[in-house]
Amino acid sequence: MPTPPGSEPRTPSATASVWNRIAQTDDFKKLLAAKKAFVVPATIIFVLYYFALPVSVGYFPAFMQRKVWGPVNIAYLFALSQFLVAWLIAYLYVRAAREFDLRAAAVIKDLGNLEAKGN
Amino acid sequence: MNTTLILFLAFIAVTLGITAWASRLSGSSASYFAANRRVSAWQNGVAVAGDYMSAASFLGIAGLIAFFGYDGFMYSVGFLVAYLTVLLVVAEPLRNTGKYTMADVLAYRSHPRPVRAMASLSTITVSTFYMIAQMVGAGALVALLLKGSGISFRLAVTSVGILMIVYVVFGGMIATTWVQIIKAILLISGTILLSFMVLAHFGFSLGAFFTAVSQVHYHAPDGSEVVKDFLTPGLRYKPPYGALDLLSLGMALIFGTAGLPHILVRFYTVPDAKTARFSVVWAMWLIGIFYILTTFLGWGAATIVGRDFIAKNGGNNMSAPLLANALGGPIFFAFISAIAFATILAVVAGLTISASTSFAHDVWTNIIRHGQEHNPGEERRVARIAAFVVGAISIAIAIVLGPTANVAFLVALAFAVAASANLPVILFSIFWKRFNTAGAVAGLATGLLASIVLIFIGPSIMTVDAPTVAPAARHIIQHAPIFPLENPGILSIPLGFLGAIFGTLLSQRDPAGEEKFAELQVRANTGLGAEKAVAH
Repeated sequence: MPTPPGSEPRTPSATASVWNRIAQTDDFKKLLAAKKAFVVPATIIFVLYYFALPVSVGYFPAFMQRKVWGPVNIAYLFALSQFLVAWLIAYLYVRAAREFDLRAAAVIKDLGNLEAKGN
Repeated sequence: MNTTLILFLAFIAVTLGITAWASRLSGSSASYFAANRRVSAWQNGVAVAGDYMSAASFLGIAGLIAFFGYDGFMYSVGFLVAYLTVLLVVAEPLRNTGKYTMADVLAYRSHPRPVRAMASLSTITVSTFYMIAQMVGAGALVALLLKGSGISFRLAVTSVGILMIVYVVFGGMIATTWVQIIKAILLISGTILLSFMVLAHFGFSLGAFFTAVSQVHYHAPDGSEVVKDFLTPGLRYKPPYGALDLLSLGMALIFGTAGLPHILVRFYTVPDAKTARFSVVWAMWLIGIFYILTTFLGWGAATIVGRDFIAKNGGNNMSAPLLANALGGPIFFAFISAIAFATILAVVAGLTISASTSFAHDVWTNIIRHGQEHNPGEERRVARIAAFVVGAISIAIAIVLGPTANVAFLVALAFAVAASANLPVILFSIFWKRFNTAGAVAGLATGLLASIVLIFIGPSIMTVDAPTVAPAARHIIQHAPIFPLENPGILSIPLGFLGAIFGTLLSQRDPAGEEKFAELQVRANTGLGAEKAVAH
């Protein structure tokens, strides 16, 4: 099995070629691509949505103070919506991650085949 | 003997029982540092929430909302959204590639000794500052809550400190995790109960509640009566720099949480990355519910107890306990106070174990001993001594600072360092092939230094106080602030990233480190070669 990080050799370990070969497999490339296709846009969306709150509270106070339900204003509803959006993105990630897990399992199966071929 | 004290003692008895049980299980490094990696998703999720919802949140945020309305709620929002960074980017790769500390991941491809030294310095700085803030608050609070029982600030701080040392030294990660779980369950139940009572007070009418919140009466320092809409932003963060400060705070929160060492180590206690993922989701439910409810605590205190009364009876940190007293009488006050106490104890224990693990694993085993224990059990022995030393130093500093010291900036500092020093280096270690030792050291150093310097020349330390301010509460430097923001993130986070980028680009390429990038990527994304849970 691979070297645990505790021993930390500076030279590439004897298994380095195996890691490189796994990294070159189609299954591994597909796994990375699938993750990237979810994580990058999801991160951009949540960061933008989050910073929209302090920016609008700070720079557009008149709009944010507009009351929409009795005394409840847009600022409070926008802040509450942040919680819902965070939970929603977490849910979507967990759902998407099922596919990542399947792809990772495929990569691990490839490793078995690589080793069977005599490494 | 008063009820609060009895409940305190009950909590102490239960947690010491757990520590005794855990001490018999902590016979190996994996069990002492990582609870055998057998903590389940819900358990770790509750423990992460427990580590995160500190007394500063329960008492501090409720107090901020009680005094400044909406602006206090801005903290609550950032505290939850921050977990998306943990979930999407950090938790799983960290679990897959590390062993006990944040530095395991940072040192994976680089020359380990300089990187571990800097990472450990950053970890210990964040943990100690955060801990001193909690201890000063704890001492003041316990002394206040147990007023009349003869317990002084000094005795309170010392007892909290000794208990946290006992949990960590004897019970290790197993005891710390369970103390955290019990505390989190108590805290969430208490918060839900208190919020329910606030709603009951308004006849279960949200309309009546919000109407009261929109017209809060109190007296300004000059004695005039004011009526404010507490749903309106801007009561705390005012022009000219308020908007920028809010933005800067937001950056520190959502990028800092994923760099807080005591949160990161929790992901080493679960069996695999998938469990780490589900534990973040568990934590997000609890943390989200808790922080939404902080508005009921804060606004409840503002409308039912009143800002004037809170200011005269212990200040804004007492908002939640005073609200409990107003709604449920002395027994409920005792219950909520005991929860606040449990919260403080659990959080300082979590901070102590992350600081002492970093010293033992990063500094002792990997830097001094070059990665090998010379004697079996040495790493654990060093960690126990480090926990004792860290605890003793924090007790001493908290006692010297005294109960009225203005320490809230230490929490801001902890988040700023985590966001500016730790996060850039974690991200580049995992995602940037060219990233090397010089980049890691430069990024950590720049982020750490920038955060500390900007806080020290900012308004938390440098402010000219009015002559009426009590001596102990005065700012350390009586001079107009050089840096106008309380929160340095908006400047220190980019500086941390730039330090890491320039450190890398201006130094020689590291072929051995780049060679290991494929290995790190495969491991981070598949869990191949990850540390396994310890079988029975």
